[in-house]
Amino acid sequence: MADMTNRSGFSKQDYQGPPSTLCKGCGHDSITSCIINACYEMGLPPHKLAKLSGIGCSSKSITYLLSHSHGFNAVHGRMPSLATGAEAANHTLKYIGVSGDGDSANIGIGQFMHAVRRNTDMLYIIENNGTYGLTKGQFSATADFHAQSHYGDVNEYQPLDLVQLAIELGAPFVARSFAGDKTQLTSLIKAGLAHKGCAILDVISPCVTFNNHETSTKSYPYVKEHDIPLHELGFVPSFEEITVDYKPGEATEIMLHDGSKLILKKLHNEYDPADRMNALNVLEKGFKEQKIITGLIYYKKDAKPHHELLNLVDVPLRDLTEKDLIPTKEEFDALMKELL
Amino acid sequence: MSTPQKIVNNFTIKIATINGTGSQSANNILFKTLVRMGIPTSAKNLFPSNIQGLPTWFYIRTNPKGYQSMKRHSEVLIAVNPASMGQDLAEVHPGDVVIYDETTLNIGTPKENVTYYPVPLTKIAKNTFDTPRLRSLLTNTLYVGVMAEIFGLDKNILRSVIEDSFKKKQKAIDVNLKAIDLGIQYAKEHLPKKDPYSYEKIKNAKPQIVIEGNAATALGCIMGGCTVDAWYPITPASSLNEAMDSYGQRLRTDPETKKKKIAVIQVEDELCAIGAAIGAGWMGARAMTASSGPGISLMSEFLGLAYYAEVPVVIVNVQRVGPSTGMPTRTQQADILKCAFASHGDNRHILLFPATVKEAFELGAKSFDIADRLQTPVIVMTDLELGMNYWASEPFNYLKGPFDRGKVLTLKDLENIKSFGRYADIDKDGIPYRTLPGTPHPLAAYFTRGTGHTEIAGYSEDPTVYRTNMLRLEKKFHTAPQYLPKPIVLGDAKAKIGIISAGTNDHAIQEALDDLKIKKTSLKYLRVLAYPFHKEVKDFIKTCDKVIVIDHNRDSQLATLIKLQFCDIAPKIFPIAYSDGLPLDPDFISHKIEEAIAHG
Repeated sequence: MADMTNRSGFSKQDYQGPPSTLCKGCGHDSITSCIINACYEMGLPPHKLAKLSGIGCSSKSITYLLSHSHGFNAVHGRMPSLATGAEAANHTLKYIGVSGDGDSANIGIGQFMHAVRRNTDMLYIIENNGTYGLTKGQFSATADFHAQSHYGDVNEYQPLDLVQLAIELGAPFVARSFAGDKTQLTSLIKAGLAHKGCAILDVISPCVTFNNHETSTKSYPYVKEHDIPLHELGFVPSFEEITVDYKPGEATEIMLHDGSKLILKKLHNEYDPADRMNALNVLEKGFKEQKIITGLIYYKKDAKPHHELLNLVDVPLRDLTEKDLIPTKEEFDALMKELL
Repeated sequence: MSTPQKIVNNFTIKIATINGTGSQSANNILFKTLVRMGIPTSAKNLFPSNIQGLPTWFYIRTNPKGYQSMKRHSEVLIAVNPASMGQDLAEVHPGDVVIYDETTLNIGTPKENVTYYPVPLTKIAKNTFDTPRLRSLLTNTLYVGVMAEIFGLDKNILRSVIEDSFKKKQKAIDVNLKAIDLGIQYAKEHLPKKDPYSYEKIKNAKPQIVIEGNAATALGCIMGGCTVDAWYPITPASSLNEAMDSYGQRLRTDPETKKKKIAVIQVEDELCAIGAAIGAGWMGARAMTASSGPGISLMSEFLGLAYYAEVPVVIVNVQRVGPSTGMPTRTQQADILKCAFASHGDNRHILLFPATVKEAFELGAKSFDIADRLQTPVIVMTDLELGMNYWASEPFNYLKGPFDRGKVLTLKDLENIKSFGRYADIDKDGIPYRTLPGTPHPLAAYFTRGTGHTEIAGYSEDPTVYRTNMLRLEKKFHTAPQYLPKPIVLGDAKAKIGIISAGTNDHAIQEALDDLKIKKTSLKYLRVLAYPFHKEVKDFIKTCDKVIVIDHNRDSQLATLIKLQFCDIAPKIFPIAYSDGLPLDPDFISHKIEEAIAHG
């Protein structure tokens, strides 16, 4: 139905963008469609969203979604700094930052870490394929140890895991998903958008051109084979009743800031995403067993987002006028008098 | 020795102390006392890149004409630092005065025709105060007391300055007043006046404020409506950002909710500082960062993005000595060319050049109007001399606005138009219209990018589209001067020799010009306040046979920038460039100007 609209009166088209110019089958395009679906289904007005990115294939992908939202394609590795300033200027928008493994784990690792440390209020998606696509297949910092490049070079460096790092840095929302698992990914995107503060979402997103061979842990076949979801995810937006079928005791319910709920249906074992040490252990165990753990890996309630730490007034700073911003003549004169 | 003629309010005192011993507060008390006495006074703090232990010199110059430059020779030396004593005493001339701590300094054979006042400062402090910290701090206040007696500081004013300086800390007030009294008493009992120098209160002088240059810039930024300042610590810019924070606390806190109408964010590095400022500027806030050479170098990539994507942002560059780490606590203006063209590709940035604290305040405020109007980075080029010294100034004028927010399309505007092209040159002045994120209209959104773009902000590699856009940006640069502060022209309008300079060089130049006027040299002087230069600069050059451009750097950067913009009259320009880390010396400048004129 072409005319179908969401609860805010927007059609799916209002969330879409121009056609992608990425390679056919690129994982990033799947993520793009999940972001579009998540925003549409949550009924977020497009003008209340802003999309930010750095440089690289992943960063290009924000061109292909949300064409009715403002977007900013920054310099390489510096997307988090734009988000920091934008949030300070206006904390009433939802920020979606899209970055890649090169953009965040290599050149932008400092900004990644400090955005987490400040608890920048954004959904921070890393489209992780372990390779530099736009510059034709060099290794990134998330490339596997001893991975082979498209041209046969061997990676001698240890990989860096942004999920593990984000948990260690105290990010309040850390998740991993797979571009091929649209259900899980869409739920996590929704939850990340409903979360207030820095939501880190690392998405394994195969590079069909440079890193989709059998030995790569970031390829479609490998992830499909080795993906260990921690739970089945159900996302219930604030405006809907819980109708997901689950039995008490088999699921954990996480209440997000806007009243939405993320329901984690337990799979193999008890998994408490609030247990930081356990989260790190599960990840570590996963590496040893060559499994890729996906789902909401860590969640911390009540971490204040950056604009709250800054104790800013409720009106966005950018909307304040002369009356709000220029000290009164009396205040100014008093200051001058003190300086005499 | 016959009694020399009295020299009133016209000499320089050099105080040689040790960094980190609390001399700064005593020196500022002295400075403020002279200002409150109505005497035209300037102060220069020459300090090392060090927390504690290295030599520091504080110069306090009084003179009837109110010159603010730093003379190389001081008539009075206060010597309390054994480490720098050798150098300090070597610079003493016949006729000078030396007050020294006789407990710690052995000055050797006295020089002829020099007046010495030995004072056992350390001993008095030791006998009077309990703790080593107090003794060290109050040794400094003691010499202020001694000076009060010898040179005739107004003691009531001195006491009032102390009371104001240590507001609400009664114990600090008490011990400082005690130290002052001990100094006065010692001088009265042991040091009969033997020298010609003295201070006299000037009746009916207009009251002056005392403010640090960085604080003045920050206050301007507050008045100009800055709401986001992202920064990273660096000498000599840190105190500017700290002043943003403290003025923010005082002037931008909601009295009821205690919530803030400003975000001053100390971030992880200058890359993030400029990125956050640009993010906030894009969002529609008045945003800034303040840094110095090394930080500005790091910001270069982002500056190119803000230029090309046309995002308003203010950058204050409190220049220090380069290259590289250089001399972090010394002054220079050697970032002019770098800042004018910062980043790769064809860039040109707006520069502002304040010379005084009053201008720093006014241009700090105005920079946000300019950035919003032109949708581009504006770099306020101060320097360590202006930024990190305290200056006496007439009180600043209240700036009541309104702000010029430039070409921003609101929801209402969008409802009345059929299409919106972010980079379309509707008004033919090179300045496009922008919308702010969050505007609830389907036309509002556009994509901000550092890649080649069309008028509707779409990606483009089309040769014509690229070139048209670059030429529009150039046109915007030609539009810019009408929004920028005009140059200031002084001197003899009929003169055929002109001087051009910028920023704090003004202090040495004005003094040099007075000196040359006495020598009947006819000159006119233009001081630029902004780049790109106004047509008036070209007109000025045209009316001269020769124009001497004075630069505070090695490579004649201001002269080069002027030649680049006005290449057809470049041969008239004769550069004088000098930099050694100290503020320019008026005697040197006057000598160099004479040489340049003689050069033919």
